[in-house]
Amino acid sequence: MKFKLVALSVAMLATSVAFAQNTDTLAKIKASGTISLGVRDSSALAYTLGNGKYVGFHTEMAERIIDDLGKKIGKPLTVNHTLVTSQNRVPLVQNGTVDIECGSTTNNVARAKDVAFAYNTYMEVVRMAVKTNSGIKDLKDLNGKTVATTTGTTSVQILRRNERAHGIDFKEVTGKDHADSFLLLEAGRADAFVMDASILAANIAKSKNPKDFAIVGPELSVEPIACMVRKDDPKFLAAVDESIARQVKDGSLAKLYDKWMVQPVPPNNVSLNLPLSDATKAAWANLNNKPAEDFIKK
Amino acid sequence: MANWRWEVFCQNTIDNELVAGCFASGRDQTYLQWMLQAWGWTVSVSLSALLLALVVGSIVGTLRTLPDSPWLVRFGNAWVELFRNIPLLVQIFLWYFVLPKLIPPMKSFPPFILVVCALGFFTSSRIAEQLRSGLMALPRGQRYAGMALGLTTAQYYRYVLLPMAYRIIMPPLTSESMNIFKNSAVAFAVSIPELTQFYLQAGEETSAQIEIYIGVVVLYVISAMTINRIMTFIERKIRVPGLVVATGSGGH
Repeated sequence: MKFKLVALSVAMLATSVAFAQNTDTLAKIKASGTISLGVRDSSALAYTLGNGKYVGFHTEMAERIIDDLGKKIGKPLTVNHTLVTSQNRVPLVQNGTVDIECGSTTNNVARAKDVAFAYNTYMEVVRMAVKTNSGIKDLKDLNGKTVATTTGTTSVQILRRNERAHGIDFKEVTGKDHADSFLLLEAGRADAFVMDASILAANIAKSKNPKDFAIVGPELSVEPIACMVRKDDPKFLAAVDESIARQVKDGSLAKLYDKWMVQPVPPNNVSLNLPLSDATKAAWANLNNKPAEDFIKK
Repeated sequence: MANWRWEVFCQNTIDNELVAGCFASGRDQTYLQWMLQAWGWTVSVSLSALLLALVVGSIVGTLRTLPDSPWLVRFGNAWVELFRNIPLLVQIFLWYFVLPKLIPPMKSFPPFILVVCALGFFTSSRIAEQLRSGLMALPRGQRYAGMALGLTTAQYYRYVLLPMAYRIIMPPLTSESMNIFKNSAVAFAVSIPELTQFYLQAGEETSAQIEIYIGVVVLYVISAMTINRIMTFIERKIRVPGLVVATGSGGH
């Protein structure tokens, strides 16, 4: 009996996965009237205020995309916010738990094998945060110092490549999440924190004395951030891209950017101070979904 | 799931190119080399913490059963309650971030020492409790017999009580030494580059989460099984036929 139940549930799971993979997302959300939006809890582009409220530049952009999708299928959609992590976001999009994920996912070739990316809507640069009084200005100043990054991010590898290319030698420590890495910098266990500039800015804005920290040094890499949708569903991808193009064209995306990245934002009413970069402007002027590998300086 | 990508272990960590022979030289490193290095951290954290836990746990466990020294007994009780009742992860953070703020010289301690202290003292409270239960399981007559022979307290603990108590608690001690390997994964929270950290980082870099995960699990199993075999071997070597059984039936 027990075995039968297990076999049955396994079979059901298998068919539901297969169903999710074959289905046409537009038809699926039209039938159910709901859409599952993948959100993040502590990125600068998408974060939570607690109590199940998710906000941020990319979260709100995604909600507008969903409004447009609703108009397209002719009925308003209920949004289910699903919290995803760096480890589970790709599998959840693949298996149909999440229909569209807009957070801080880097569009790269490895991920594009498993999921499809909409137009790049934000260009992330990797830089370093240091204490203002440390005198560190450039990559070379890191020689012999300790550098913090966050486990499970691409920054660790970028750091390693730069260490090699510039012939400098530093000690790496890895925090388990961004808040932890920032604590390493704050507590003096690390001299610099190398990470996406928007994450650095968010952590500095949240710190006790934002003036004690500065973002310095060269752009170690430029990575396109985009919304993720299921692979092999060109109709849904086209509908999402169409909405992004509409938001760029009528200027509403730029206003949204200003609201979340330049003006003071909740919960602390502190500004992230990240005016629109040239790279992001270029991405909007010429909408594309090129992967990060295309942006590596040759 | 048929397309496994086991070759990720032979990839270079700088540019993810395959390296012939799976071992890069010079400053280069493959994921396999990195994983073995991470294993080294896991093993050294675990064994150092186990050593500390055995020494401290034995002392505290003995203190808790001493006759006529109420303050030492109270100290032992406080030790066990303190370290057993605070979650391990919280203890790690206390050692790493809070204590160095209170005691400035601790700032220069390497994280390795702090993690070994945290893990070792946490486990010591559990070993102390086990040793106490071993000592309490012995019939009271054994202690009296030692005293009647004219042995000092230290002597009858050393020659009568402790040798018996350790034999009784060998099985829970075995689980404790396996636990310490698994608990060592929390060291990742304070930047020790051990196996769990390797899994999260290498999985992200290679997009081969499952393969990396399986590699890491195999190493954890090997570590835990090795310590299990060693402890079982010791248990068999030190067994005195009929001894534990005989004390079990001895009444008060």
